[in-house]
Amino acid sequence: MSTDRPIRLFRNLNAKISAIPMIATALVVFVGGTFWTIVYSFTNSKLLPRAKFVGLDQYERLWGTNKWLISIENLFIFGICSLIFSFIIGFILAALLDQKIRFEDTFRSIFLYPFALSFIVTGLVWQWLLNPDFGIQSVIRSLGWESFNFDPLYNADIVIYGILIAALWQGTGLVMCLMLAGLRGIDEDIWKAARVDGIPMWKTYLFIVIPMMRPVFITTIVIIASGIVRVYDLVVAQTSGGPGIASEVPAKYVYDAMFLSQNLGQGFAASTMMLLSVAIVVIPWAYLEFGGKKHHG
Amino acid sequence: MADTAATVPAVGGAARAEPRGRKPRRALSRRNIIIYGTLIVAAVYYLLPLYVMIVTSLKGMPEIRLGNIFSPPLEITFEPWVKAWATACTGLNCDGLSRGFWNSVRITIPSVILSIAVASVNGYALANWRFKGANIFFTILIIGAFIPYQVMLYPIVIILREIGLYGSLTGLVIVHTIFGMPILTLLFRNYFSAIPEELFKAARVDGAGFWTIYLKIMLPMSLPIFVVAMIIQVTGIWNDFLFGVVYTGPETYPMTVQLNNIVNSTQGVKEYNVNMAATIITGLVPLVVYFVSGKLFVRGIAAGAVKG
Amino acid sequence: MASVSIKNLFLSFGEVKVLQDLNLDIAEGEFLVLLGSSGCGKSTLLNCIAGLLDITDGQIFINENNVTWEEPKDRGIGMVFQSYALYPQMTVAGNLSFGLKNAGVARAEIEKRIKRAAEILHIEPLLERKPAQLSGGQRQRVAIGRALVRDVDVFLFDEPLSNLDAKLRAELRVEIKRLHQQLAGTTMIYVTHDQIEALTLADRIAIMRDGAIQQLSDPHTIYNKPVNKYVAGFIGSPSINFLEGDVTREGAPRFAAGDMTVSLEQYEFESDSSGGRAVFGIRPEHVAFGDPAKQSPYTCEVPVEVVEPMGSDTLVWTRLGGQEFRFRVDGQITVSAGQTVRIGFDPARASIFDSQTELRL
Repeated sequence: MSTDRPIRLFRNLNAKISAIPMIATALVVFVGGTFWTIVYSFTNSKLLPRAKFVGLDQYERLWGTNKWLISIENLFIFGICSLIFSFIIGFILAALLDQKIRFEDTFRSIFLYPFALSFIVTGLVWQWLLNPDFGIQSVIRSLGWESFNFDPLYNADIVIYGILIAALWQGTGLVMCLMLAGLRGIDEDIWKAARVDGIPMWKTYLFIVIPMMRPVFITTIVIIASGIVRVYDLVVAQTSGGPGIASEVPAKYVYDAMFLSQNLGQGFAASTMMLLSVAIVVIPWAYLEFGGKKHHG
Repeated sequence: MADTAATVPAVGGAARAEPRGRKPRRALSRRNIIIYGTLIVAAVYYLLPLYVMIVTSLKGMPEIRLGNIFSPPLEITFEPWVKAWATACTGLNCDGLSRGFWNSVRITIPSVILSIAVASVNGYALANWRFKGANIFFTILIIGAFIPYQVMLYPIVIILREIGLYGSLTGLVIVHTIFGMPILTLLFRNYFSAIPEELFKAARVDGAGFWTIYLKIMLPMSLPIFVVAMIIQVTGIWNDFLFGVVYTGPETYPMTVQLNNIVNSTQGVKEYNVNMAATIITGLVPLVVYFVSGKLFVRGIAAGAVKG
Repeated sequence: MASVSIKNLFLSFGEVKVLQDLNLDIAEGEFLVLLGSSGCGKSTLLNCIAGLLDITDGQIFINENNVTWEEPKDRGIGMVFQSYALYPQMTVAGNLSFGLKNAGVARAEIEKRIKRAAEILHIEPLLERKPAQLSGGQRQRVAIGRALVRDVDVFLFDEPLSNLDAKLRAELRVEIKRLHQQLAGTTMIYVTHDQIEALTLADRIAIMRDGAIQQLSDPHTIYNKPVNKYVAGFIGSPSINFLEGDVTREGAPRFAAGDMTVSLEQYEFESDSSGGRAVFGIRPEHVAFGDPAKQSPYTCEVPVEVVEPMGSDTLVWTRLGGQEFRFRVDGQITVSAGQTVRIGFDPARASIFDSQTELRL
């Protein structure tokens, strides 16, 4: 085997060659694509991209469109409820699983398996379950509660909650896993010290353990938040945005505008807004995590 | 937390006969009831849809119309399953989910292989070889993981059209590879960083170069992380809908798109049992991956959770 | 009367027997050290006394009360952990007062106790800081303070100094000893694997192995009259010399190994067993060197094989009776490999163990 030291340029060349796909992708798709979309959101593109600039026209139109406003409102409600409930449910389940119980693996498998399913599957299943004629409403009614009403999917006011139920079913397993990992990272001696001090368990959770889990909570929030903005498949499957446009969400607005209503400009503007909302959450977090300097170590 | 402890006996000088040994604990203590009770209730919430799915798919339509969705089938029939697979109509063609299934297979397998191959080499390069600009590009890649896909949808349409791959399976494979790179590269980079540098240095001293080290040293040591990466990718790509619906056409729709079409765009009578059978079939592949991989899946989640 | 008393304590995890038939009486105000290597059960025993672990059989008494089924908070104990286990989000004052507040102690009383503890432990200036801003030594003091404010008579220490560097360990060791003297009447049970801590701090030491107590005595006795081979080998640094040979008790009692024979006239036998295979133990520091060695009851010449200078002492490796043997000389004396030197020792200071039972003869 030759023991010649490879010359500098040649040594790095291999690494550089292998990194070209990454560089190319990074530049073209992520940076270039994003820029392109943002730039073209200031044009009046319709079926095809057109380089005619119209300033903030698209944005004004966007924020004047009922469909968009409803999407934003839905996203807001959905997002906040999603965060709150998945946190609460996820944490409680994690805390229960952390109690050294039997069948822990079984329970965890049960809570987590929905995460393995496609949002389409989830949406369709819950569409069926919430079917007013055959689903939960009819079952409860047949048991005697004649006036029981539970058809969120046909009620414009609460349809977003129907979607919420399905989303929680799919997503809390993930939150639970993250919380459980966080809980397991707590030094066991802290629990012992609290027990010797006579602190009841709920107080130990509330005042000692939860404050200690701040990093996990923050990571979880970021993960959930970036997922919330993208909600699309679930809505398409469960309600197709209905009834009417009552369950529209931004991601669906973008797709519909770009590929169904031949209104690229609107699509670009809407997706830029989506980008903005993600940036608002992620940038402060990234700054906190990595202290201003972009280190990934 | 009141327990059934015996009262502490008053001092009597001599050692008392009771209490001794293990503290008596009732199996049905209040604590246990709360814990297991809550867990069981939660389990019902999670299992109910699965049960309903299965049960509905095994009933005939008359039975569905009459009964409630929670009752087990009086007469089990597999006809909905056959129909879902072979003859269900999507509005455009009527050959069931089988078309979508094979499309999905043809999409997933190359995507998984390609994305993992590219990302693992990139992660390896980033972890062990320093070169100018590497960190910047990596950062951009990670930021890319957070950007909503919607922002990049159309530019990619344009690119694919230019290369002539728009609407083809190959185009979709490329898209999946591109979007899989941030998470996977991060995954592999972290894994390779954790491998002791001495191993790498020793190989360099022995004269091994970039590819030799990758193939002969790193790869054999990385089976666990490859499995985790595969799990993330198979699940993510198989379950994908957005890219499928944007970048393919009716001939090349993956299973998820087909499923949605079958259920949501049929006119006339809705065949709920067929719908549920179709739903189960679509969800089967990632479920199997999930149950087989067990703990590795959990690891994969922790690593790949950012991806939608 | 005993302050802490353990009777016939058994602990098993399923099939695994962790603690076996332990009996221990600790007097009021005593400083008892549980000493042993990892896995011997010392921490487990401490956790049982604390009430953090349920025992399988037996009874535990603290201050005359049967606390076998009591929760830790009702046992009248305070505990200090190896990792300090301070509540990270609270200030030092918060850490000290949290348990008391929970128990409903009046605010004035809490203030009083915190003040007292802070004085004793010299942590007054730290009361408003959070644990992350403290050094290891300070954190440990706060951990002790948390036990102090509980106003209890029994303190449990679970390897509290193991996370500190050697210098800090030496400092805090002395402080703990001072603390014990200051708090007269407080019983302290201390777990460690470090024999120096054990020897310097303890009133009595319980050496544990495989879930059972090997010997329970004051440090002096354990050092000079170890009850079995394990204890003899465990205590003492550098460790004791072991020579395998035969003990004869008829006629003139003697020990023979290889070409050496040592008279055991002055040795205090503890058992009546007749001779047989035995292990002769003599500590490196009990070996005299050079001219003074000529006065020793047993003396001989040995070849020097390896010399290890350690500053104040020098450890010399040699052969005696055909087996490896070490002795200590003052660091000022020069010894070199290859020399033949004279050593001697007093068999009365030795410890002899039966080869089979490993018990002291």
